[in-house]
Amino acid sequence: MAKKKETHFSNMTPWEIVQIARHKERPVLVDYLDKIFDDFIELHGDRCFSDDRALIGGFARLDKQNVMVIGHNKGKNVQDNIAQNFGQAKPDGYRKALRLMKLAEKFNVPIIAFIDTQGAFPGLDAEERGQAEAIARNLAEMSQVTVPIICIVSGEGGSGGALGIGVGDVIIMLSNSIYSVISPEGCAAILWRDAKFSPEAAEALKLTAPSLVRLGIVDEIIDEPVGGAHTDPEATAEAVKNSLLKNLQGLQKLPPAKLVKKRFEKFANIGHFNK
Amino acid sequence: MGWFSKSQDEKKKIRKSPELWLRCKACKKHIFKEDWHNQHSVCPQCNYHGRLTAYERIGITLDVGTFKEINEEIHPGDPLDFVDGKGKYSDRVEETRTKSGLNESIVTGTGSIEGKPVVVGVMDFRFLGGSLGSGTGEKILRAANYAYDHKLPLIIFSASGGARMHEGLLSLMQMAKTCAAVKRLATKNLPYISVLTDPTTGGVSASFAMVGDVHLAEPGALIGFAGRRVIEQTIKQKLPDDFQTSEYLLEHGFVDRIVQRGEIKHTLSLLLSFYNR
Ligand SMILES: [Zn+2]
Repeated sequence: MAKKKETHFSNMTPWEIVQIARHKERPVLVDYLDKIFDDFIELHGDRCFSDDRALIGGFARLDKQNVMVIGHNKGKNVQDNIAQNFGQAKPDGYRKALRLMKLAEKFNVPIIAFIDTQGAFPGLDAEERGQAEAIARNLAEMSQVTVPIICIVSGEGGSGGALGIGVGDVIIMLSNSIYSVISPEGCAAILWRDAKFSPEAAEALKLTAPSLVRLGIVDEIIDEPVGGAHTDPEATAEAVKNSLLKNLQGLQKLPPAKLVKKRFEKFANIGHFNK
Repeated sequence: MGWFSKSQDEKKKIRKSPELWLRCKACKKHIFKEDWHNQHSVCPQCNYHGRLTAYERIGITLDVGTFKEINEEIHPGDPLDFVDGKGKYSDRVEETRTKSGLNESIVTGTGSIEGKPVVVGVMDFRFLGGSLGSGTGEKILRAANYAYDHKLPLIIFSASGGARMHEGLLSLMQMAKTCAAVKRLATKNLPYISVLTDPTTGGVSASFAMVGDVHLAEPGALIGFAGRRVIEQTIKQKLPDDFQTSEYLLEHGFVDRIVQRGEIKHTLSLLLSFYNR
């Protein structure tokens, strides 16, 4: 069975994986909250401007362990997606996420960040309120948070909007998720001058989980059921839960100073250049 | 009739001497090249701030003869074996290196500003649009680490279109890497000043450029996260003319001061004079 699965995955092109990562029935954050966690208590608002529905979070329990869960909030239908802006957060969302991460630090509970967004919202209001500053601040602050941070790319890891909650001790990807500096469509439009080259761009960008493990960015891949997470959300959730529990166990042994140092070194070591 | 023929004469004269004149991109007026250069590529007519190369910037910012470059040998690899519609990334890198004489999109080093020792990083837009690649991120990390180890202030001049697509997610991760590097300076109370120049957009605006203790910006610089066209397509509405300019950012609270190019050196020195080590 395992062998068959491997064959199946290796036959898929990156562009096909992009389609699975964006599948409209793919499990989203609320599914994982429902299937994996208990006692989720959502906490609202950034204390500055609004409560961004595109990025949500709150305390929860994972097998009796206290955690803080934050994540992009893609909807399960059109109405939800309109209310939740398709999981495309504004500065308010990133500032709420930071507020909740600081709260987690105060309560001494680990943070679990679910990444699933096309990208940060490109709008007039988002720019006006400092989209760039909000994301940048999260990157800087997350590097010094003294509790464990586990980031899991469950669907689309779209550029800076994904990274805005993506600075963790461990970066995990579901096997059919993607993580990229730019969407294949955007890349094709710029570098091929035509969006019809999106499959070529998807290939070139090396945005699949195995490629990103090879590039030294992603630490672990969670295998999805054959055909993708949407074909068996229960089994997917179970696999995600097991991975989170295993990783939490390892990270919680580290004293805070060591944790922060290791996280700093992890990111300091990412990059390929010549000298 | 008189004015007509005179202006034709003038045009002919200008066309004959492009080595003496240039045309300002902003106000379209003809500017005497010597004036343009004397004012460090600022238009004497409309105050348009043209782009500077990294070494030109260093020349007008640091005390003469104090700049010592570090990590200049770092240059891009091609971790993705990236090939696009126009060819190989590695070929574009070599072409850019030859043309610009630079190895990466940032030049880093140490020096002093009115006698005060600093570590500086200066981006150069000519190198692949000032894009943030792995080499750029590494040089910023090392510059910040140098500042950290030697207890020096760090100043970075940004000029960038954003992350470098040709290095895929590695380039996105440089945003996190550089933010972690400059944030660590705060643990020793070391100042980090970010100077935003035209343009500072995308992944650079959303990383080290926007987490300075103080943000200075040159007049009229383009500073923003998402591209104007993408936003217009998304919200289906026209954006204000001054959208994503230094002045717009000042008004919305994301920049401390807009500083004329000729005043930047002194402003940095003044800021550093308030730092009680
Ligand atoms: Zn002008």
